[in-house]
Amino acid sequence: MAPPSKRRPGYDRKAQYGLFASYVIAIVGALVGLLLVAISIVDPTGFSALRSAGAEITRPVASNLRALVIGIGNFDEAVAAYINAGSQNAALRRQVETNRTRLIEADAIRQENARLKRLLRLTETETGIAAAGHLISSTSTSAARLARLDVGYAQGVQPGMPVRAPEGLVGRVIRSGPNTADVLLLVDEGNVVPVRRTSDNIPGISSGRGDGTVEIRALNTERNPFRPGDVVVTSGIGGLYRPNIPVAVVARLERDKAIAIPLANPSRVELVVVQTPFRPVEAARESAAQAQASGAEAP
Amino acid sequence: MSRRYATRIGRPRTALHIRGTPIVSVLLGSAIAPLLPIIAQTPLLPPFGLMIFLAWRLLRPEIWPLWAGVPLGLFDDVMSGQPIGSAMVLWTVILLALDLENQRHFWRDYWHSWFIATLALAFALSGAWLVVHLAGQGGPLVQILPQLAYSIGLFPLIVRLCAALDRWRLP
Repeated sequence: MAPPSKRRPGYDRKAQYGLFASYVIAIVGALVGLLLVAISIVDPTGFSALRSAGAEITRPVASNLRALVIGIGNFDEAVAAYINAGSQNAALRRQVETNRTRLIEADAIRQENARLKRLLRLTETETGIAAAGHLISSTSTSAARLARLDVGYAQGVQPGMPVRAPEGLVGRVIRSGPNTADVLLLVDEGNVVPVRRTSDNIPGISSGRGDGTVEIRALNTERNPFRPGDVVVTSGIGGLYRPNIPVAVVARLERDKAIAIPLANPSRVELVVVQTPFRPVEAARESAAQAQASGAEAP
Repeated sequence: MSRRYATRIGRPRTALHIRGTPIVSVLLGSAIAPLLPIIAQTPLLPPFGLMIFLAWRLLRPEIWPLWAGVPLGLFDDVMSGQPIGSAMVLWTVILLALDLENQRHFWRDYWHSWFIATLALAFALSGAWLVVHLAGQGGPLVQILPQLAYSIGLFPLIVRLCAALDRWRLP
């Protein structure tokens, strides 16, 4: 096939000018694009009006499709559960028996915990839930690991707020529109979370690897203290993330770091909650003020 | 005219239908990612907007003005979650490079087109990765290799889709 060529205008002066103009517009457009890239690299939260317009348009379709896909996705589980009903029933009965004793123990521990906290004058700070929503879509063609929430600033979601699921930490909000917000997932390289090991409080830093796992580095130890199976939770150091949100479980070790799998799989979680940023300094000041107030009242 | 072709040629078509079909197909391709309820842990879907854009360009070399990458790329950026401007630059650079290539090689066959598309997709995906990387997000470069592989593999299908749309849009 020999393509006809408008791009060889010959002696037609008007066509020559038109061709020249198209080159000029294209090159100027590319330069403007470069400028916009530079701006969006410096300020990742920029152009939020433009982005949220796009997000608002696609939101209804994505959230309806999500409901459909979850319905289909659960269908095979329902069938499998029906087939396995007999053996599953016996196994679950045994599990219930063991769980009952553990529940009683846990209840006792909780009461003791509350009593000790009262002794230490530690007041339980509020859970700080700003909104609850669903993850409806993500940047599945792009290298950036962002997911979209179906709640926005109309529901109180602000950039910088942490997002968690019942299973564990999901990420933090980087942009919010009227009814949508973009969440930078835990597995993105740009997401760094201070963590601690649950068993002995060894502090560490979790950062995403962009492939569905996170890497965990211990602070101030020469040897890698982690072992496969260790669970890490947020430490609350430095604010933003509340302490004791489950983060990941260590899968394998690589020299000075541990590769861990996030406990909350964003593609499986049903409901996520957006929390207000945790500010330990303010929280400490508040509890100190409360302690003072109650101390002044008591005598 | 035999009855078989009576419904296929000489049909009434408005200018909007003829000119709008390629544009709408690229916009829909760009909008696939935010419409699908997939929470991806790695780059999962091929860049459909860019692939449809390229397929039209290779099928009909005159179809896009040289600046077409600027508005279509902007829409793709808004939809894909890339930093704004990255597809604007990359798509325009691809169009300019294809224009230069057209002046060198006038004749193209199937394999040549596929090879060009391979280079263009590799350039666009690695460029998009670089922009995300400079913004401090994403992951290692290795993670775009699977995405690149099936983008290249899927490209002939997208060309067939655009060819079918082309038959439908022209009178």
